[in-house]
Amino acid sequence: MATTFELIASASVGAGGQADITFSSIPSTFTDLVLKVSLRATTSGIDATKITFNSSSSGYSYRSIWGSGSGTPSSFNDSSATYFQLQYAGGTSSTASTFTNGEIYIPNYAGSTNKSVSIDQVQEDNATTAYIVPMAGLWSNTSAITSIQIAQTNGNLAQYSTAYLYGVKNA
Amino acid sequence: MPSTYEPIYTTTLNSAQADITFTSFSGYTDLRVVAITATTRGSQSGFGIQVGNGSIDTGSNYSVTRLGGNGSVAYSERTSNQTSVAMAMQPTRSNFFIDFMNYANTTTNKTFLITDDNAASYAIRAVGLWRSTSAITHLKIFDTDGFNLIAGSTFTLYGIKAA
Repeated sequence: MATTFELIASASVGAGGQADITFSSIPSTFTDLVLKVSLRATTSGIDATKITFNSSSSGYSYRSIWGSGSGTPSSFNDSSATYFQLQYAGGTSSTASTFTNGEIYIPNYAGSTNKSVSIDQVQEDNATTAYIVPMAGLWSNTSAITSIQIAQTNGNLAQYSTAYLYGVKNA
Repeated sequence: MPSTYEPIYTTTLNSAQADITFTSFSGYTDLRVVAITATTRGSQSGFGIQVGNGSIDTGSNYSVTRLGGNGSVAYSERTSNQTSVAMAMQPTRSNFFIDFMNYANTTTNKTFLITDDNAASYAIRAVGLWRSTSAITHLKIFDTDGFNLIAGSTFTLYGIKAA
């Protein structure tokens, strides 16, 4: 029987860190994509992570809910973003050995419609502030997604950061 | 080797219809619904979820707690003793994910996790509850305001096995 949930590619950052993780040549034979990440930045403070498709820096929009463990939750939107933002991969000043986790689900990634994206992301390091940020995203591009890049806004991805790209088949 | 994650049922609606009902999904540990759909209503409607054992339960046995954000304001709300778990649904397609853990057990009330995402409108995460210790054998998705699910909507029910 064909495998429904299949690992397409994986990446793990080695010593010294690296600028980005890129999955390219993504086959069009699945129905949906699921990207699971565990990330940390090399910057001193927390740093936002950028997710882009097909090397594109346009067509991204999103609405998110933001909770930091104190105060009132907030909500943000950006109708003309240049990437989807994961918030935040803790930097060197964050509690050691703690990473941001996220899952990005992309239904119908190879279809000819705009690409809706559902993101769940959390960053907890037993310190004074942490984040949970669910996000509804849209990449307004009718091309099939053939590559995904994960990169930090300011620094690099730290050692032991990982990313796994899975394909899901609905039949 | 038995498959852990299997598509049980998948469909694309050829025409708008009021609801879709899943049955015959025994033998798994958990269930996941992936639905990409919208309402035929010209404005926001309701995405309804009902379950049951032997038939769909239409009694006031559902409750839901939601956390949402529309891009400006975050909110949290809950309703109880409802005849369905209702989420929001737009005239443009949204991503809906519904996760039922341990859906077939006969000892606990049934909790399920819901994602409702529409980048033009909101991001919503919710937890629903069906107050019954019966196994879930029926699952229905419908427009709570009497409108239809649009043509072209896609629904896939996946079964997940723990062993």
